[in-house]
Amino acid sequence: MHIVVCIKQVPDSAQIRVHPVTNTIMRQGVPTIINPYDLFALEAALQLRDKFGGEVTVLTMGPPSAEDSLRRALTYGADRAVLLTDRFFAGADTLATTYALATAIRKISETFGAPDIVFTGKQTIDGDTAQVGPGIAKRLGLLQLTYVARINEVDPAARTIEAERRSEGGVQVLKTRLPCLVTMLEATNEIRRGGMADALRAARAQIVTWSAKDAGVEDISKCGLKGSPTIVKRVFAPSARAEKAVFVDFSNKPPAEALIEELFKRQPKLEAELISSAHGF
Amino acid sequence: MSEPTKATPAAAGRAATKKELPEHFKAYKHVWVFIEQERGQVHPVSWELMGAGRKLADKLKVDLAAVVIGPPGEAVQHAAAESFCYGADLAYIVADAVLMDYRNEAYTKALTDTVNTFKPEILLLGATTLGRDLAGSVATTLLTGLTADCTELDVDADGSLAATRPTFGGSLLCTIYTLNYRPQMATVRPRVMPMPDRVEKPATRIIEHKLGLVEEDIVTKILSFIPDRDSAKSNLAYADIVVAGGLGLGSPENFQLVKGLAAVLGAEFGCSRPLVQKGWVTSDRQIGQTGKTIRPKLYIAAGISGAIQHRVGVEGADLIVAINTDKNAPIFDFAHVGIVTDAIRLLPALTEAFRARLSPHSRDRIAS
Repeated sequence: MHIVVCIKQVPDSAQIRVHPVTNTIMRQGVPTIINPYDLFALEAALQLRDKFGGEVTVLTMGPPSAEDSLRRALTYGADRAVLLTDRFFAGADTLATTYALATAIRKISETFGAPDIVFTGKQTIDGDTAQVGPGIAKRLGLLQLTYVARINEVDPAARTIEAERRSEGGVQVLKTRLPCLVTMLEATNEIRRGGMADALRAARAQIVTWSAKDAGVEDISKCGLKGSPTIVKRVFAPSARAEKAVFVDFSNKPPAEALIEELFKRQPKLEAELISSAHGF
Repeated sequence: MSEPTKATPAAAGRAATKKELPEHFKAYKHVWVFIEQERGQVHPVSWELMGAGRKLADKLKVDLAAVVIGPPGEAVQHAAAESFCYGADLAYIVADAVLMDYRNEAYTKALTDTVNTFKPEILLLGATTLGRDLAGSVATTLLTGLTADCTELDVDADGSLAATRPTFGGSLLCTIYTLNYRPQMATVRPRVMPMPDRVEKPATRIIEHKLGLVEEDIVTKILSFIPDRDSAKSNLAYADIVVAGGLGLGSPENFQLVKGLAAVLGAEFGCSRPLVQKGWVTSDRQIGQTGKTIRPKLYIAAGISGAIQHRVGVEGADLIVAINTDKNAPIFDFAHVGIVTDAIRLLPALTEAFRARLSPHSRDRIAS
């Protein structure tokens, strides 16, 4: 079984700082991590490999420094890492990103064997779009299972997969054919620690590094900024509300009483609404 | 979505990016909203989008159309008829037995074919699990731009859709355009847009479109559907009163104080992102850009500092009350009422005070 896992190296969002004057992201000194959602995809892939044998290839598109995340993925137990890096890819929106990744997956297929499953995380923490998984699937003509909470069964001989997919108000149990693309939901598994052997192997591993040309990109105008139908025209910090919060003065009564009085003074109907809400009618 | 980090340094140059709409896209007109219905229920986000879509259509002086996809029968017809009460000028229906439950293959074909046939300039979908799954496939098939999770939609002077969304987990906002491709697609999360008033109107123009698929064409099969247990369901996004806690509570045990107040008020409880990351509260209770957006009549935030990522999820609340020990906490910039004190001490007192006020006895007092 050959499984490809697409990952993204992202800034650790908890530590992002915005420059107060220029409104740009201050990247200097911000540590990067593997997009946390991608780790659930990676672990799901590793579990299938452990069960059925085969290989897990991790793929990322990014600057040369994204190699760090690929090595990290190798320490968890991935077998091979492919870095897609080229200045032509810079500034890609989701459509241009899926073009590049789909092209690279075709090249991976030719070079290392056709994948049975392509995994991605549910979304990234920096873009938050959840569009890249479905986009790759569409470009490669793969069936897609998004928001997968659990993979119930994979039958490599019959070429089928059965999975539980989170949907509105419940879970769909779906069965489809391989090859397919799966986006994993968060908190569905826990990434393994990886053994000493994996750590040693990861440190020495040769990262397969492809430029656009190496990956077989035929039309450079479909990549990066040029290949992106969306244009970011303006980046800005949200404006402050005109008036700030009114602070409740509780110097001469209990704070809880002072607060409730302020609320009911502002919204006279609130008390009646709260009573009906509290009593369920 | 383009990467704002890369776009920002070149912002001056990018702003000059011209609109040069190719000839074959000039026939694309009108604003569409995908009406999401499953098992006979229309997701309320669809009506919220009709409200936003109506404004765009009026500005552009074009029609607003609802697109309903599903199995033949009462539910789909009713959803289409209902769309007129929320502002539609016309409705498209794609009804086929294979569209009984949501499956990506069939729904993607239904929506893509309808777009290619009738050519809308703007297509809006709810950013639900269904909407996101569908929008990504449709936009890639049509090779057009898609902006996810917008918090504001507008049309600019030359008639282009200006879609604003938070980025980097809500640290910044960016306005994104799809100038030279059609349709311009965007998704919006539930509760971000206000629910428009329903006005009784007759269903006038309904156009049916054939799907042209048979069950054998569709590879993915639905084996079963397991509805969420009622107890597991939270109505957080649509609750009238919400009480939420943040890191200021200090420990997972103190989160009980939030639940206690919520119980007395008949409210739903929620939390800020750090509590989910720490594992104190489950992710379905997270309020903010990457969690739920809420629009309650009353929102009480206890020990929440008010990062922008949280702010964008609660700004639609009628009355925001913030409890925080730090009088400089950003939450006081967007709360209406603030109280500078320790939530751990105030919450139990507040719970008791509300309990006394809201007892059946006080109900009689209000009635008299």
